[in-house]
This record gives sequence, C-alpha cells and structure tokens, in this order.
Amino acid sequence: MTSKIICSSVSKIFGTEPEQALALLRQGLDKDKIHSETGQVVGVENVNFEVSDGEIFVVMGLSGSGKSTLVRMINGLIKPSSGRILIDDIDIASCSEEELLSLRRNKVSMVFQHFALFPHKTVAENVAFGLKIKGVQAAERRERAHAVLEQVGLANRADSYPEELSGGMQQRVGLARGLAADPEILLMDEPFGALDPLIRRDMQAELLELQRSLKKTIVFITHDLNEALILGNRIAIMRNGRFVQVGSAEEIVGSPANDYVAAFTADIDRSRVFRAKSIAVEPQAIEAGAQVDDAARRMEDLELDALYVTDGDKVAGILTYRSAIEACRCGTKIVREVASHRFPAASPDAYLNDLYPMARMGLPIALRDAHGRLTGVVPPQAVFDKLAGAA
Amino acid sequence: MDWLSPSDFLAIPFNDWVNAFVKGWLVPNFRPFFRAIQWPVVQVLDGLDYVLNAVPMLLFTAILTTVAWRAAGRGVGIFTLASLFFIDLIGLWSETMTTLAMVVTAVLFCVIIGVPLGVAAARSDLFEKIQRPILDVMQTIPSFVYLVPIVMLFGVGMVPGIIATIIFALPPIVRLTNLGIRSVRADLTEAATSFGATSWQALVEVQFPLAIRTIMAGLNQTLMLALSMAVIVALIGGGGLGLTVFTGLGRLDVGNATAGGVGIVLLAIILDRISQAVGERKAVHTTSLAATLKSFFAPATRSEAGANHERAAPKGL
Ligand SMILES: Nc1ncnc2c1ncn2[C@@H]1O[C@H](COP(=O)(O)OP(=O)(O)OP(=O)(O)O)[C@@H](O)[C@H]1O
Ligand SMILES: [Mg+2]
Repeated sequence: MTSKIICSSVSKIFGTEPEQALALLRQGLDKDKIHSETGQVVGVENVNFEVSDGEIFVVMGLSGSGKSTLVRMINGLIKPSSGRILIDDIDIASCSEEELLSLRRNKVSMVFQHFALFPHKTVAENVAFGLKIKGVQAAERRERAHAVLEQVGLANRADSYPEELSGGMQQRVGLARGLAADPEILLMDEPFGALDPLIRRDMQAELLELQRSLKKTIVFITHDLNEALILGNRIAIMRNGRFVQVGSAEEIVGSPANDYVAAFTADIDRSRVFRAKSIAVEPQAIEAGAQVDDAARRMEDLELDALYVTDGDKVAGILTYRSAIEACRCGTKIVREVASHRFPAASPDAYLNDLYPMARMGLPIALRDAHGRLTGVVPPQAVFDKLAGAA
Repeated sequence: MDWLSPSDFLAIPFNDWVNAFVKGWLVPNFRPFFRAIQWPVVQVLDGLDYVLNAVPMLLFTAILTTVAWRAAGRGVGIFTLASLFFIDLIGLWSETMTTLAMVVTAVLFCVIIGVPLGVAAARSDLFEKIQRPILDVMQTIPSFVYLVPIVMLFGVGMVPGIIATIIFALPPIVRLTNLGIRSVRADLTEAATSFGATSWQALVEVQFPLAIRTIMAGLNQTLMLALSMAVIVALIGGGGLGLTVFTGLGRLDVGNATAGGVGIVLLAIILDRISQAVGERKAVHTTSLAATLKSFFAPATRSEAGANHERAAPKGL
C-alpha cells in the first residue's frame, strides 16, 4: 500500500523563537522545562508516521497533548517549526499558496469538534461550502450537496439552519461538508467529542459503514481510547507532544509500550479488541478418510482432546479423543463415520467477545476463512487467558 | 506669598506651533490635495441633494413610509408618515431634504472608509493598536476644534461641513466592524480556511455575514452622530435644518430654532428605527444587538459573548 501522508520529524513550537526551543529539545530538555526557561510552548515534538491509502489512523491523547496542532499541520493551518509533511509527495510546509489552496479544495478536508457549521447558511449551503469556494456552479453544488446529505441520512433537512438540528445531526452535516468535494483525505479533530455517548456510538458505527464504501484516508483525533480502538486501523498514543506508541489496537492493548499506555489500556474491554486469529494455533487436522486408531494415536502424541476433520479443503467435523476410543472399541475404522458435525467455528477476524460463549463448550474453536478452509484453531483455555491479560 | 508655577519660568507657545504647522506647512503644501479629496464628496452630495429636492414631497413620503413599514413594522411606518407631513406643514421640507442629503453623503463615505479600516484592524493587531488612539482622539476632540483647520483647508460651505461630519461620525463604524469581525468564532474562520477559502473568500462568505449585525449597530451609531453634527456644520456654512436652528439662535427666534430642532429629532428617530430594524433583520442567524453592545463595553469577555450570540438569536425569517 502506498503512503498518502508522511510526517517525518515534525515539531511545532508556539512562540517567538522556535529555533531556540528546538535546540533545547535536541539537548533533551522536556516540554515543561523549556516553557519555564524560554516561555515557548512545545506543541508537537519530533513526530513520525505514515498513513496509507484507505487507512484510518487514530491519534489518541489527553487534552493539551498536541493532537489538534498535529492534525492542523497536515492541512497547513499551522506551519511546522521543523520537519516535513508530505501529502502525495507535496510538501505542505514549503509548497506555494496556490498548491496549498488546491490541496485543501480538492484533496484534504476537515471535520471539527464543535461542528463549526456556518450559522447563517442552510444545511445544504454548509455542505456545498467547499464547492462554492472552488467555483462550482450553483446547480451542480446543490445536486452534489443533496447526494452527500443522502449518504448521511439528512436529505430532508437540506433547507434547515444548523441551529435547528440536534448535535448528532449537526455533526452529520459536518461530515457531509467534509465529504462534499470528494477529498481523498479526511482530517477529523475529535468529531464526536461533543456528542453524548449513545449518539457517539451510532456515529462511530456510521463512520465505519461509510468508510467501507468510501475508502478515504482518515486521520482521526480522539481522547477516548475506546473510540480509538473501535475505529483505528492503527493508533498513535500521544503525550506531551510526542508519540508514545504507534500500533494496531491489539498491539496497544496487548503490549503497551510503557506504564502511561498501560494505565489507559487497563480498563479496556479486551474482548472487543483482540481477534480470534491473535490466539490461534496451527490447526492439527486429520483427513476424513483416515483410520480412527491413527487419529487416536495422534491425539495421544500431541496431548490433544480433539482433532478437526478435513474433507479436501473444507472442515468436515470434529473427532474427540473419547469418541475415537469408543469407535475403536466398536470396531469402526474410518474417521468420517465417527466425526461429529457439531463444532464451534468462527471467522479469524471475530472478536474474542464472540468466541467467549463457544469457548465454554470446552472444544477447540475452528477458524474458517471465507472459503470454509481451516486456518487455525483456538484452544478454549487461550480465550480465557487472553481476556484475563495473561497472554 | 504667591505659589510658584512652572509657567513663571517657561511658556510653551503651543498655539504658535500649531499655527505654524497648519498655516505654514499644511495649508500651503496640501491645499490642492485636500481640494482633490473634496471632489467625490461634492459629486455625491450634489447628486443626492438634487434628487431629494426634485422628488415631490408626497412621492418621497410614500417611499420612505413604505420602507419604514416593511423594515420596521407598522408603528414606525405610521410615525414616519406623520413626521414627514408635520415637517412639510411647518415649512421645513426643503431644509430637511438638504440635511438628509448631507447626512446620507457623510454616512456613505463613513461606510466606504470605515468598513475597510475596521476589517484591516480586525486582521492585524498592530493596525488595531495604531488605530485605537486615533479613533479615541477623533471621538473625544470637540468638533469645534477642527472646524478651523477644516475651513482653512477646504473653505466654507456644505462640503467642508460634510468632511467635519465624516471625521466625527467615523469611529463607531470602524470600531464595530473591527469588533464584529473579531468576535466571529475562530473555528468558523478556520473551517472556511480549511476548505481552501482565500482570506477574501473567508471574509465575504463567513466573517462579514456573521459580523453584519454588529456592523449595522455601528452604522446606526454613525448615522446618529452624523445627524448630531447638523447644527455645528451650519457654523461653517452648511445648510439645511442646522442652518434654521443656527439662524434662530442668532436672532433669538425661539420659534424657528425649535422648529429646526424638532425637524432634526424627527429625522433622527426615523433613520434610527429604520437602520436598527434593517440591522436586526440582516442578522437573524448571527448576533443580537444587546449582546453586541454589551460585549462592546466589556472587551475582555467579548469572544465568549460572541460564542453565545448564536444561541440567543431568534429563528428563521
Ligand atoms: N496558538 C497557540 N499558541 C500557544 N500555544 C498553543 C497554541 N495552540 C496550542 N498551544 C499549546 O500547544 C499544546 C497542544 O495543544 P493542542 O490544542 O494541540 O492540544 P490537544 O491535544 O488538541 O488538546 P484538546 O484535547 O484540549 O483539544 C498545548 O499545550 C497548548 O497550550
Ligand atoms: Mg484539540
């Protein structure tokens, strides 16, 4: 995958003499020290990341950690004090004013925490704002605005004013406005921060749903780790202007880089973070046509209670040690005849949350891909261990 | 024993300095320049004066009454109708039209000069800092003081009067334009910029429409200040209702002076109500006048007040 956004060694100092503060930073002084000695504020310090095409990159951090500063540097609202930001190979900090305008008009748009809808414009006019700025004709603007409003389910409110809408609706308008010019990149600065928890959930689901068809490159800012874990393909944890850890939800929760991250992840619902494949083991399977006593011997060797039975590519059933022994006693020879067709199965991408009830059956859980092939097996104990944080 | 005072030892010839500056340098060097400035004012004033005096009284009354009625409601409409009839009946119609032409001309130039200055002040802290004391001086200096240099530079007559009026009435529109634009929520301007708006587009599409109510409040104040100059301007040869008052004063003719005064007051009320109403209408989705004025007197909290305006504003037209 290609990188859409590349940030290398980006720093931002607020103050009159950024060079001085940058020099102190290089000497290893921290943010507070620099502030008390020079009065300069370190907004963002030496941040590196890349966002690939179609990815949702979430930046999570507490208030004042520099998230807004970072995201505003990506579309040039704030100029970095040092470092480079490339969007499709255009350097934001050094490109011409025309290039910057064209970038903002066509490629990158932004959704704001407090919606930032224009109170004097109708919903449709708000949505069409970017198009108007670009010089698109009125009729075409209106058409496009309606199409985008349709996408976010607000087509019937096109002629309302923002103040007549609820918070959730307003942010849908904000999102529609961001999408109207069909940008490749969406910058979202705590877009759901001002919404109450239920509406927030809805909006998160809706964003994921939209993203499935739109495939935008999204930089999403939040101060809520849960939100970050739900939305992010990759997540960066930010503290005092620095990235403390960058990784997938599983990496962040599974192996926090330090105590700071660990403190955040402590009360996360792990069952909604980890996927089945993260705890799967190499599948031990036996052909349906094999002999039962072979199967029993194999289970003894491997110290397993059950083996999956495959028929060609597909999973055909499960053979437990007990039924294998019984079958030998009765003289049945072929695995196919004794295998049980009732076995727990899930997709490799399923969350542990869904595996938990299956694990209580005590049988290993089969992970099957879209073609029904056995890609792995999850021992029931592994589910409990992972949820307890042992693994 | 007499107390000593510094002036026993030293007298500063301040008046001589000013005289030397104005008479010796400003007037001889810049007279053509100042004459040139007059030109657009003369054109507008003559045009307006001609039109207003040429329009039949009944037609003008009908037009203004309709405007007042549509903009500010039936009450103001009826008041306008009655006032204009009254003015005509006391024989001051043509003076009133002349005063109206003067005031409208002065306000027009105040807008042309003041709004851009206000915008500039809103965009540059430095410019605001420089501008503020100048506006303070313009507002506090008694207008009589600058009548003299104005006469020296521009001569006497209507146009110098209008220029004095412009100087006197300019500050509110500059200040309130500045304030209005500064109190537009920062995230709205940022949003405009983030969609690729140039700073001109952000001004026209977002800042100006959101500031218009505050700007209209400034316009209203400017208008009132301009009217209040009507009499003073008569001192240097301005005509109209001011002249009626002024000559009444000179001859101790209390009747005429009062008639002129009443004419000014009626005109002031009509213009005030109409301009206020227009301001309110323009800004249904922006800031309330009361909140704007409050924030004007409490600069420290103005951005907060600005943020709250939208909520308080009445809904759709
Ligand atoms: N214009 C500015 N001038 C000076 N300092 C600033 C400016 N903007 C931000 N800062 C400082 O930079 C740091 C990071 O601010 P930023 O707004 O990026 O944080 P944030 O993570 O977005 O916080 P929040 O969650 O509250 O929005 C803070 O210490 C802030 O005080
Ligand atoms: Mg922020």
